Amino acid sequence: MEIQQRYWNQYQKEIADDHYFYERSCIRQTFFPGSETAFLNILRNELGKDICDNPHQHTCTGIGYHSDVVPFETTMTIVARLFSLMTECGYENYVPSCVTSFGVFNEVVSKWNEDPELEARARQYLWEATKREFDKPKNLVHPSDVIYKFRFDLKPRMRYQLVNRYTGKPLRVVEHIGCHYAKIFPETGIGKAEFPYVLAGMIEAWGGEVVDYPERRHCCGFGFRQYLVRENRGYSVANTRKKFMSMEPYEPDFIVANCPGCAMFMDKWQYTIAEMENKTFDKEGYGIPVLTYEELTGLLLGYDPWKLGLQLHQVQSERLMDKIGIVYNPSEKYKGISGKILPMPERPECLKV
Amino acid sequence: MKKFGFTISTPRNLDLDATQMDRANELLERVPSLNVCIGCGACTATCSAGMFTSFNIRRVQTLFRRGQLEELDKQLHSCMLCGKCMLVCPRGINTRQMVIEMRRLLNE
Repeated sequence: MEIQQRYWNQYQKEIADDHYFYERSCIRQTFFPGSETAFLNILRNELGKDICDNPHQHTCTGIGYHSDVVPFETTMTIVARLFSLMTECGYENYVPSCVTSFGVFNEVVSKWNEDPELEARARQYLWEATKREFDKPKNLVHPSDVIYKFRFDLKPRMRYQLVNRYTGKPLRVVEHIGCHYAKIFPETGIGKAEFPYVLAGMIEAWGGEVVDYPERRHCCGFGFRQYLVRENRGYSVANTRKKFMSMEPYEPDFIVANCPGCAMFMDKWQYTIAEMENKTFDKEGYGIPVLTYEELTGLLLGYDPWKLGLQLHQVQSERLMDKIGIVYNPSEKYKGISGKILPMPERPECLKV
Repeated sequence: MKKFGFTISTPRNLDLDATQMDRANELLERVPSLNVCIGCGACTATCSAGMFTSFNIRRVQTLFRRGQLEELDKQLHSCMLCGKCMLVCPRGINTRQMVIEMRRLLNE
């Protein structure tokens, strides 16, 4: 046991205790509009941590960079500007919301560490363009790492557990970790690329059971180039279908992901596959709900599911919330901030909602 | 059904749980020299049938050994059993016997 612990310690990484600089994702605000606000609330109000949400932040160029549209020099200058915002605010711990951004930052910092002339060039480009300077972050972690670190601190504050209230058994949860979290730079992930534990640790700590299925580490299907041209999207959806075919026999209650692209594609492609093949991956035709880890944490803490934005998912979560015993008001599902009830979305033909 | 402008690509990976490998294993029993094939493609390069038809002996033996037997019977009948492939094979594989045994196994 001691030897196992010693080896497992090599698979850990340093996560700062407090004083984080948060960088928002480009796409999450649209697809999972409550997730980032929930993360900030959890850190500030539940854990009492200091986290800076700077209004001057911008893209990391990740999607353009991985699609070969944005050259590396541009990407590293943009990254340098984001780091300069962190330096200006007096922070040293950088926490990018998006797994793609997390991979981009790790790549840029790694290149700079290997080739100091490249870093000097980035500093020069940034100075010429904006007259700004920056320090590299002392601690670069993903927000899911932060939630993982404080998972046992959050547990006593939670109103619900990942337990099926009808059967008393743990909920069966598929955890999906973005490829760019630890597959590019294994040492940047908890459990490295071999035994990623960041989401599994949360699920186990909060009473759930992790589903280990054959294609657990397969890509969600996003893959940037596979998706951007419409005619190529067959490759993207084929990857998602492969994952779902593999997990289907294990009858998971829901999926939790730590990457914006993964959560989005695993959610939305269920609709596409249902329309194309009349195939859904749960027995009753509703699909498998896909949550972000912030939505999951927020739900268990007792946050309003509609303020978390669960109604904006393709696969709806009411059946999951009923299983957990979460109290929600169905009549407020489509209530806007102004208090007016918004128009109902169109219903899919094959996927039940 | 809605039109999305694309279809779901068919994966090319083999599901070994769903593949019958009996005939592939039997082929290796009957033509033991096939075990040393390095897939160089010399057989295909020199194949007379391959010059005039879509017959590709390397592809056929690869598919057979993977258990992907659909439409192989038809393709194998393009082979004229001339034996030029045997002459050029750097590993001395009895390719003509291989073709004959594949035909037999597909019809057993």
